[in-house]
Amino acid sequence: MAHDNHGHHELSFTERYVFSVDHKVIGLQYLITSFLFLLVGFALMGLMRWQLAFPGSPIPFFGHLFPADLAPNGVMSGEFYNSLGAMHGTIMVFLGVVPLAVGAYGNYVLPLQIGAPDMAFPRMNMMSYWTYLPGGLLMLSSFLMPGGAAQSGWTSYPPLSIINPGQTVWLLSMVILITSSLLGAINFLVTTINMRAPGMSLWRMPVFCWAQFVTSVLLLLAFPPLEAASVLQLMDRVFHTSFYLPKDLVILGKAYAGSGGGQPLLWQHLFWFLAHPEVYVLVLPPMGIVAEIIANNTRKPLHGYKTMVFSMIAIGVMSFMVWAHHMFISGMSASLSNFFLVTTMIISVPSVALMTCLVFSLKGGSIRFNVPMLFALAFIPLFAIGGLTGLPLGLTVTDIYLHDTYYVIGHFHFVVVSGSIIALMGGTYYWFPKWYGRKMNDKLGLIHFWGSVITMCGIFGPMLFMGLGGASRRLYDPTAQLHNLPVQGWNVVATYSAYLLALFQIPFIYNFFNSMWRGEKTPENPWQATTLEWACPSPPPHGNFEKTPTVYRGPYEYSVPGRKTDFWMQTDKN
Amino acid sequence: MGKYGWTLPVAASSYAGKIDFGIWLIHAAMLGIFVLWGAFFIYLLVKFRARPGHNAVREDHDDTPAHISVPDSISKFPFAQMLYKNKGELKSLIPDMVIMTFEVALIVFYAIPVWSSIKSSVPDTKDPVRVEVVAEQFGWSVHYAGPDGKLGPRKMELTHFSNPIGLDLAHPDSADDVVMGNEMRLPVDKTVLIDLLSKDVIHSFFIPEFRLKQDAVPGLSIPMWVTPNKTGKYEITCAQLCGFAHSLMRGDVFVMTQAEYDAWYQSRLATKPASAQPTNPAEAF
Ligand code: HEM
Ligand SMILES: [Cu+2]
Ligand SMILES: [Cu+2]
Repeated sequence: MAHDNHGHHELSFTERYVFSVDHKVIGLQYLITSFLFLLVGFALMGLMRWQLAFPGSPIPFFGHLFPADLAPNGVMSGEFYNSLGAMHGTIMVFLGVVPLAVGAYGNYVLPLQIGAPDMAFPRMNMMSYWTYLPGGLLMLSSFLMPGGAAQSGWTSYPPLSIINPGQTVWLLSMVILITSSLLGAINFLVTTINMRAPGMSLWRMPVFCWAQFVTSVLLLLAFPPLEAASVLQLMDRVFHTSFYLPKDLVILGKAYAGSGGGQPLLWQHLFWFLAHPEVYVLVLPPMGIVAEIIANNTRKPLHGYKTMVFSMIAIGVMSFMVWAHHMFISGMSASLSNFFLVTTMIISVPSVALMTCLVFSLKGGSIRFNVPMLFALAFIPLFAIGGLTGLPLGLTVTDIYLHDTYYVIGHFHFVVVSGSIIALMGGTYYWFPKWYGRKMNDKLGLIHFWGSVITMCGIFGPMLFMGLGGASRRLYDPTAQLHNLPVQGWNVVATYSAYLLALFQIPFIYNFFNSMWRGEKTPENPWQATTLEWACPSPPPHGNFEKTPTVYRGPYEYSVPGRKTDFWMQTDKN
Repeated sequence: MGKYGWTLPVAASSYAGKIDFGIWLIHAAMLGIFVLWGAFFIYLLVKFRARPGHNAVREDHDDTPAHISVPDSISKFPFAQMLYKNKGELKSLIPDMVIMTFEVALIVFYAIPVWSSIKSSVPDTKDPVRVEVVAEQFGWSVHYAGPDGKLGPRKMELTHFSNPIGLDLAHPDSADDVVMGNEMRLPVDKTVLIDLLSKDVIHSFFIPEFRLKQDAVPGLSIPMWVTPNKTGKYEITCAQLCGFAHSLMRGDVFVMTQAEYDAWYQSRLATKPASAQPTNPAEAF
């Protein structure tokens, strides 16, 4: 660090683009890698969707490329389906959305927005990426190992996860990935606390920075229990300890040779103690992005900046007290459920407050409908569907019926796909000029936007009906059960919508790479924004700001009466 | 089909109606909230769209804390003062409060009482049907206690292909017991007390028409109950991923009149061989 501040010696290609310690390069490394993982996770789902829509028919084009034990005669096997499902969930959550939301956007934008020259620990930042990538590759490589990839769902409930093949590699890569996230989280916290520019008080930080800050606290506190839990599960598999296995198990007619004395529910508690806060890790940073874009394109301050910040903090605290709402019918004490029912309803209060503030922020604005803004606006109603459908799942009584049905799958995909991912894509359009000094093409952006939004509803909307009809999730062949037959048509609709969604990503990918070199050049502050990331050149040089900026005011001083321009940057003295 | 469709299947147990009530009530509320907010959202987008001659207006300056003078009546109460000074921001919490009130009402008057009646207590019944359901990869064994109301004991060592739940056939309590694979027959309008167990991994016992779902956890015996109130044929499915054939793990439930049920039970007992060979639910695989 100290070294970097003295004269800029020439960095070699590897130092600059591969093992870089610059938060911006690391951010872009995270961006590309996590978008690729999202594509992989999506491709896995593409295969599964074929089986769901047309159970037992050979997968077109690709079916015969798979070894015969995975897809005999091109028809996916039950084991392969379960592997794809488990890996889809794991890749999307831990290798796709979290690294994109935190590793990519957090890394690139947070130091700029608080006026810092880099992260507090640049080398640790590099290490975090270089732990994430091997962890992810290890996870993917499990498809090639004997027995194939993990087959027990992304939740990996024992005893199934302990007797199923593939799980050992899953657990090892999880331990590596968690380590990477922890390195990142500590770095973000220290950076936010210590590296703010003069004048950048906490209450002058943009909402996006607050979101990253709360997210990092969640990661830091929630991941260690899962790391420990994973190590215990690893021991159950490798050394035949029985932390999660009761005695007297009989598996496929044979007594299981383990000592017993363990408890399968212990894993569920530890897993969800992480995985519920994890949901907010998936959601808060995208919400922060939406807030930035909305403030910028309404040309007025956000409504209820402090309410939003306090809501995020409240969500952060409460998210550690709701985990067992995923376990209402797991066999845990029925009266304990009442406690988690109440905490779940409490956490919905700050969540609604956040959404209310976003909607009220539109009031009085002068709304520009550019491409990033369209994504930010679409986030609001689509995320709301996700949030509202959470209500009957959080209520004990109605969850008896809806738990583990497609209703759940529909619910959280509205949250995470048409919510988080839509917002994250919006972020790409918004910050692209920052990264490359050029702008992404608007026409292609519009095609990508409308295509994605409509097809997403076509995928996840039907799932809500299927769930109400009683269709369970994780079914290799839904038509094996009578009550699923009337909703099978919806599976076909969802499958074709998913393939269309894939097609509509092509303009996005093309637009991204094409605009990197050939996009329209943009000025330093193309959106006429107020926050600090726009007060330095695009792309910013090593060290970001020519001299340490001083911050004079809050983040969203738009349309201040009596000024010539309608935006007043945080760094403008007057 | 009739029984099944795009939304909830036919309701065939005494508490199904209560659960459906909640599901429909909440969906009505959700729809209402979504439509109202949606309309407001679209209105805002149209009214405040950027256009020549239209400028953004910051929210009323007088509403910011520094510009609000506190009435004398609350000058002694710092907390009330703080609230009053922030009334501009707090106003936006009104929709939240409305939703919260709805949620509190749901919890107090619906969720907690109904949940307790379904999951934490059993209705008073004299001579209920007593059953034990034992899950395994990939089937269900339904073990009836018979007229004596006592389930014969099970021993892991006795587990055998022909005796999937390891029932101790020598024990007197087992004498009138019947074990069925992937099939459950129940008399209508009579409460069934079920103990749910699993031999291997976690499964979930789900009968959509009864709105009954409960995970079966190895090592635990989980009590549950249901009172079927419509005769007919329904479906048992497994709702928790339990392995490669999870989707094939299903069974049938036949709800019949008491007389039909008694006749069926006697016929099962009569055909029960001396060494009792219960049907193995995993036979299909
Ligand atoms: C955009 C395209 C996506 C589609 C079409 C899709 C579709 C699906 C479907 C159909 C299932 C249910 C599989 C089954 O029941 O067997 C599923 C499960 C799941 N999805 Fe997605 N998904 C998408 C994106 C995502 C994203 C972005 C995330 C997370 C950030 C995600 C997380 C999950 C998880 C955690 C599960 C549960 C996996 C399990 O059962 O273990 N999905 N997805
Ligand atoms: Cu949760
Ligand atoms: Cu199952």
